[in-house]
Amino acid sequence: MEEFFQQLTNGLAVGGIYALIALGYTMVYGVMKLINFAHGDLFTIGAYLGLTLLVSMGLFDKIGPLPAVILLAIMVMILVAIIGAILERVAYRPLRQSPRLSAVVSALGASIFFQNAIMAIYSPKFLVYPHDILPKAAVNILGLDIPIMRIIMFSTSLVLMAALYFFIQKTKIGTAIRAAAIDQGAAKLMGINVDRVIMLVFCIGPALGGAAGLMVGLYYGQINFSMGWMFGLKAFTAAILGGIGNIPGAMVGGLLLGVIEALGAAYISIAWKDAIAFCVLILILIVRPTGLLGERVAEKV
Amino acid sequence: MTLLAIDNLSKSFGGLMAVNDVSFDVEAGSIVGLIGPNGAGKTTVFNLITGNYQPNAGTVLFDGQNLVGLPTHTIVERGIARTFQTIRLFQNMSVLENVLAGGHCRMHSGSVAAMLRTKTQRREEHESMRQAMAELEFVSLAHEWKNKAKNLSYGNQRLLEIARALATKPKLIVLDEPAGGMNDQETHDLIRLIRVIQDRGITVLLIEHDMGLVMRVCSSLVVLEHGAKIASGTPAEIQANPRVIEAYLGVDSDE
Amino acid sequence: MKSTNILYLAFALLMASCPMFLNAYWTDVFNNVGLYTILALSLNVILGHAGLFHMGHAAFYAIGAYTTAILNTTFGIPVLWSMPLAGIMAGIFAMIVARPIIHLRGDYLLIVTIGIVEIVRIALINNVFDITGGANGIFGISRPTVFGYKISKPDQFFYLIWGFAAVTIFLFLRLEHSRFGRALMYIKEDEVAAGGSGINVPHHKLVAFIIGAVWAGMCGTIYASKMTIIAPESFSFAESVVLFTIVILGGAGSIPGVILGAFLLIGLPEVFRGLAEYRMLVFGAAMVLMMIFRNQGLLPPGPKNYDIASLLPAGGRK
Repeated sequence: MEEFFQQLTNGLAVGGIYALIALGYTMVYGVMKLINFAHGDLFTIGAYLGLTLLVSMGLFDKIGPLPAVILLAIMVMILVAIIGAILERVAYRPLRQSPRLSAVVSALGASIFFQNAIMAIYSPKFLVYPHDILPKAAVNILGLDIPIMRIIMFSTSLVLMAALYFFIQKTKIGTAIRAAAIDQGAAKLMGINVDRVIMLVFCIGPALGGAAGLMVGLYYGQINFSMGWMFGLKAFTAAILGGIGNIPGAMVGGLLLGVIEALGAAYISIAWKDAIAFCVLILILIVRPTGLLGERVAEKV
Repeated sequence: MTLLAIDNLSKSFGGLMAVNDVSFDVEAGSIVGLIGPNGAGKTTVFNLITGNYQPNAGTVLFDGQNLVGLPTHTIVERGIARTFQTIRLFQNMSVLENVLAGGHCRMHSGSVAAMLRTKTQRREEHESMRQAMAELEFVSLAHEWKNKAKNLSYGNQRLLEIARALATKPKLIVLDEPAGGMNDQETHDLIRLIRVIQDRGITVLLIEHDMGLVMRVCSSLVVLEHGAKIASGTPAEIQANPRVIEAYLGVDSDE
Repeated sequence: MKSTNILYLAFALLMASCPMFLNAYWTDVFNNVGLYTILALSLNVILGHAGLFHMGHAAFYAIGAYTTAILNTTFGIPVLWSMPLAGIMAGIFAMIVARPIIHLRGDYLLIVTIGIVEIVRIALINNVFDITGGANGIFGISRPTVFGYKISKPDQFFYLIWGFAAVTIFLFLRLEHSRFGRALMYIKEDEVAAGGSGINVPHHKLVAFIIGAVWAGMCGTIYASKMTIIAPESFSFAESVVLFTIVILGGAGSIPGVILGAFLLIGLPEVFRGLAEYRMLVFGAAMVLMMIFRNQGLLPPGPKNYDIASLLPAGGRK
């Protein structure tokens, strides 16, 4: 039983990461009907930028771990948001009127570009985050020793998700985003600047992805230029699981996938852990392609 | 003999009853018109016949066999061809290629025969070219064979769709607003074309809003309103039917 | 057709004389180009002609290669004899996995095919059924022998590979200009209209997948015997991306376009070997730029010629 809860909490922590990345996919798909293949690489960029900032600014020594991490997260999120906006402007906006396949290929090209840029700028090898900066202690909850980092990660993910949810549901701009996701043409007629909305989506999504990258770097300790591929594909599975285009869906899907994967790895086989996500993906697309919470995308027959 | 028998056909979308217990027959060799105000469910009935939608209830008997549940391409093979209300041509392909698409279901050569270029396959290819050009001549578009479909005039595009439908060698052809966008001269030519189609032994079922065309060319009419059949009979009977007049023109508020 | 026939013949003659001018290194480059040409042509049937977004082609390649490897190292079956079996295995696999996903909408199909190729790769690494050799793969695959003549040097492989490529091009050209080829065109252009015209859309999509898979599988045989060692990382998603890009950038649906695409994407980076680090960077950027400025590819398919001169109305406009 103890093993179960350990895996459950582990799954939730990782699931939070998947959820943050998934939100980026789902928001972009919602407004543009585009699968942003380069999104996973924005996550990777977040991890690398985090490392660079962390090491070069020596924040932990100056202001202590907690404020440092927060400051780091904010900086990373802003930087990745900018990169996301540039990506949209360069690789996707010229293709708004083109067939879908063109945008897909462009996204792939951007992904290849980013991955190789990271490899060229940094190194093809695994890079290591500094070890001793974060608490290693475990907290005892209900008789279980749960690493405190897990709790921090999960809570951070929750906070960010809650902030996004609030933003989308309660603010005017959030409503504009939702409107553009349902019907771009109608949104334009209502005076919504769809270009701005799309740019905003390409700032928020990547920002969350970048934050996730930073967290992964801090939690797992090492990063690699291709990490965005695996995480990205699993996060995309999570987005589909919850219903592509559906923001609460991405959150639920991410957490659910994290748990399924952790339990599957523990109880079925660890070697097939990565395959679990793909199996879930294929199953969902065959059995219930609109996802658990339903696809919030206007479908034209 | 009855070629097509629609019995108690119903279709709802969510809460909306688009087609409500509709029944009518189409006699072989006749030209039947399906008319009614906008939103009456006429195109939905067509979609139910051709397998694009599945009904919630009822049967579609064609040549004695129920078509409900069959995929569209099988229904085409059985002998029902259709044109679409919004033209659905292969816009970026040539006129000839569009008509060749109709000939597909009457040919048999598969991928292996194609790679081996068997004698049967070559003969079949030549034959389908010949038939495609024949259908284009029939609608007077043979000279446009090389042109892309999207470059044709609207009226010619409708004719091309008919040519493609005829290439499937149908027993019944279902035309959804064939005169849409046509001027008087084109409509006149269309009427003549429909009659010549009938001369070929093909039964015609059409939806049309152009009452002049409908009254002149159809031997019987079926009138729908709000998804239900409100009248059927000869053009003369329908023209005099007060219920039909009410459906189209509304009831005078003084009465 | 006549003028294009001459072009193909000229190309064939040019290629046939190549090994006389090229050193071993460059012959091998051309061998790679040849393999990718065949693979890309097989993907072209699925992606270019039928318009199905397929990014899992490396899976079919892998199954063919591993079938040959296993039959050869475990049962001693000569490599070329195993080629049809490799193709059949890949074809059966395609039939099984494609059937449930054939109806999916474009983007979704794309994602599922990615999932499939990854599952295949993971299965190979995990030594599924205990025959795939795990992450190290299978080694000791024999070289092909034709009537006792062993093919082992690059220029020998050159003729084997490009001979197979020539056969492939020949058969696929015929396939393109046939009822089947046209059916795929119609499906790509407008599925609903195709169905309404009497074309069995699911059937044709499935057959397209199977044909593409069979050819990729047979190509896997040649690859396995050329390398004598195969391992899962040769059949990753990245390989599928390369094939996908060759087809799209070369000209989806156009056989000459795909051939050109293979030459450019596989051959050109060899020219810039020195700048190895930046090759992929340029590659990625080139993809984005191509889509913005020429998304139909370098050599998109042109209008088809139909042999109807005898059928035209007398005095009609040609």
